[in-house]
Amino acid sequence: MVDVVGKRKWFFLFSGLLILAGIGTMIYSAVTTGSPLPVGVDFTGGSRFVIHFDEVANEGDIRSVFTAQDLDPTIQQLGEDDGRTWQIRTSFVNPDQVQALLNALSESVAPLDRESSRYDAVAPSIGSEVTQAAALAVVVASLIVLLFIWYSFRKVPHAFRYGACAIAGMVHNLLIATGFFAVMGLLRGWEVDALFLTAILTVVGFSVQDTIVVFDRVRENARKRREPFDQLVNRSILEVVGRSLTTQLNAMFVMTAILLFGGASLEKFVATWLVGMVSGTYSSICIAVPLLVVWEKRSRRRPAGARA
Amino acid sequence: MKQRTGIVLIVILLLTGLSIWVVLPDNPGLHIGFLGLDRSIQISQGLDLQGGIQVLLEADLPEDAEIEPAAIETARKIIENRVNGLGVAEPLVQLQGSRRIIVELPGLQDEKQALDLIRETGQLEFIDVGYGFVAPGTIVETDYVPGQPIEESVEPQFNEEGNPIYHTVMTGEALKSASRYSDNRSGLVEHQVAFELQGEWARFFSDYTASHVGQRLAIVLDNEVLSCPEISERIPTGVGSISGNFTAEEADALSIKLRYGALPIPLRIESNQKIGPSLGQESVTQSVKAGTVGLSAVLVFMLIYYRLPGLLADLSLVVYGLLNLAVFKMGSLFMIILAAALLIIYLIERRDTWLLWMSLGIFVVAVILNIYAITLTLPGIAGFLLSTGMAVDANILIFERIKEELRAGRSLRSALRTGFDKAWASIWDSQASSLIICAILYIFGSNFGASIVKGFAITLAIGTVLNLFTAITVTRTLMSAVFETGEKRLANKRWLLGI
Repeated sequence: MVDVVGKRKWFFLFSGLLILAGIGTMIYSAVTTGSPLPVGVDFTGGSRFVIHFDEVANEGDIRSVFTAQDLDPTIQQLGEDDGRTWQIRTSFVNPDQVQALLNALSESVAPLDRESSRYDAVAPSIGSEVTQAAALAVVVASLIVLLFIWYSFRKVPHAFRYGACAIAGMVHNLLIATGFFAVMGLLRGWEVDALFLTAILTVVGFSVQDTIVVFDRVRENARKRREPFDQLVNRSILEVVGRSLTTQLNAMFVMTAILLFGGASLEKFVATWLVGMVSGTYSSICIAVPLLVVWEKRSRRRPAGARA
Repeated sequence: MKQRTGIVLIVILLLTGLSIWVVLPDNPGLHIGFLGLDRSIQISQGLDLQGGIQVLLEADLPEDAEIEPAAIETARKIIENRVNGLGVAEPLVQLQGSRRIIVELPGLQDEKQALDLIRETGQLEFIDVGYGFVAPGTIVETDYVPGQPIEESVEPQFNEEGNPIYHTVMTGEALKSASRYSDNRSGLVEHQVAFELQGEWARFFSDYTASHVGQRLAIVLDNEVLSCPEISERIPTGVGSISGNFTAEEADALSIKLRYGALPIPLRIESNQKIGPSLGQESVTQSVKAGTVGLSAVLVFMLIYYRLPGLLADLSLVVYGLLNLAVFKMGSLFMIILAAALLIIYLIERRDTWLLWMSLGIFVVAVILNIYAITLTLPGIAGFLLSTGMAVDANILIFERIKEELRAGRSLRSALRTGFDKAWASIWDSQASSLIICAILYIFGSNFGASIVKGFAITLAIGTVLNLFTAITVTRTLMSAVFETGEKRLANKRWLLGI
């Protein structure tokens, strides 16, 4: 029999290193750029234009149009259509100014394909508000899921620990997904936007499912026969690992397809999902459940009276 | 096959047929006169798919200023009325929290038109109508062009249809303040609106009233005559009043309009977004392709790995997808149909009371949310695809359990029963935890102005509920039907069960 629980120290070490790498990247970014994750206009406030020209445009021409309006643009070429699609970021542009800018671009750079262009302008206050609210939502969701599991497993001794370990797994996935995004931000310039937030919240939403399925099996097996807790847990893990992997495989089919064919606008979103979901399956088996074993073992070594 | 299983199967088939009809792209809609039902059934596409303009407006008042819910609601209604005048297909004007209004104009590309319309605070004009009375409510044309100085000319003008173009004497910019003024000198309470003009305009008004005694001066808001008082004497101080048989509320409303224009509170543009229509269309095409490839892979995998049960899982996955799309198109109405189907299945089987609870739960949620249709956005589509891919999870849990029971030496029929019941505990616990998270995201999304999150939570929640629904109805009934009819044949062909 494969001993998953026995190798828990290696899993903890592996996860710890991954999470540390993510946090390290965030600290590095925070020191060098002032923000742990590169943030987009959704959060910092400002304007972003994605402009599709009918002809090849060059950066210098675009820049001069913006500087003529006293703006300091960050210009980036997008896509592989030889300099027709550009992303330009500036400080918050007044809506009235937008039309003027687009007209100027059309006149002095190249004709615009307005049908395929977009722009966003966000005042700075919104972003920080949404981030705070999202963080609050995650915290509240964790607490309520903790209570739910505690209640659901009330017939098992130490039901609270089951909830707490499931939440620990969720936090693990959250850190892995965010860390992955921080690394990509550093390497590929990925920026946090509303989609990132949604991806993270999905990871949170699906995270505890896997863990609960394993716990469920532990609960059922515990009723049937007496055996040392770590053996019991290990057997439960092996019994459900087939289902976990099959489900994960199906989810990966869909996510890989979206990643390959879904277009650039969903790329970062789905990649973050993918990492979060893989982390979810891994953490339910290798982190959340072994954590429970550690906790139970530690309290069992103490005298009976000290038990919770 | 047991007779009951057969009947349940028919109910499921009917439901599937109904959802296919709903999902048909050229669905004619529901128009049943005597039920008062008259609605079209169409996928409602979000701004990111259709292209269009989104503007987020925020009350332009200090952070700590108290904003009356009624005032911002009035502002929302006024903007909604103006937007409706644009002729955009499905405009959305919604309050977000207590101080923001979100305006979505799908399909619109001229942002200047949109912004002018939203920001325009209501144009107040005082117009010279001579000696004639113009009834309140009349729509008039004036010679004032917003942004231009007031015309000096007083030559009478007429438009092409021969109606007069009135001369504008003053605009709302001349006002310093306005408030309700109640007077009971004559024994009867009379409500008026008292106004005060700014210094320069007060002098102008003094001269103007002196030379126009006996004539009428109509007060016009957004080209609609509000009142048409007679100038009875010179008004030297720049302080005047408008009378017109107002009730106290009407006088209050008018004074608010005079102070702020048509909007009861000043609004500023907090964010705006414009998306070209081709951009969204391209995303839709790409998502459909991605979905086809991804879900086909899931179907093929399930068939190869689980064989006969895999085929059943594929069938229920297809039903799941159809039901999900049907809920997207019909919102709460289809959810109520689902609740009814569950109730019927319970009444036929009379076995598991949780069918009854689920039916009730879906019904209550459908009524509370009261969704007309789910607006599909790009992350919404991705969420739908992912939840469809993961919807086989319930089937996998059940199959793995049944396999275990079979290996433990149980008969097919009893393996089916115990396998399902044991798997159901896991399915319920795991899906319920996801539903809790959805509920929290929904509450947070509606309170803090993060509409993407709210929409996403609804999509995910519907996926989760339907997952439970198809697992206990479609998968279970299909398996009962197949195993009950083919029990003997299957006993010799265990490879078909993937064992």
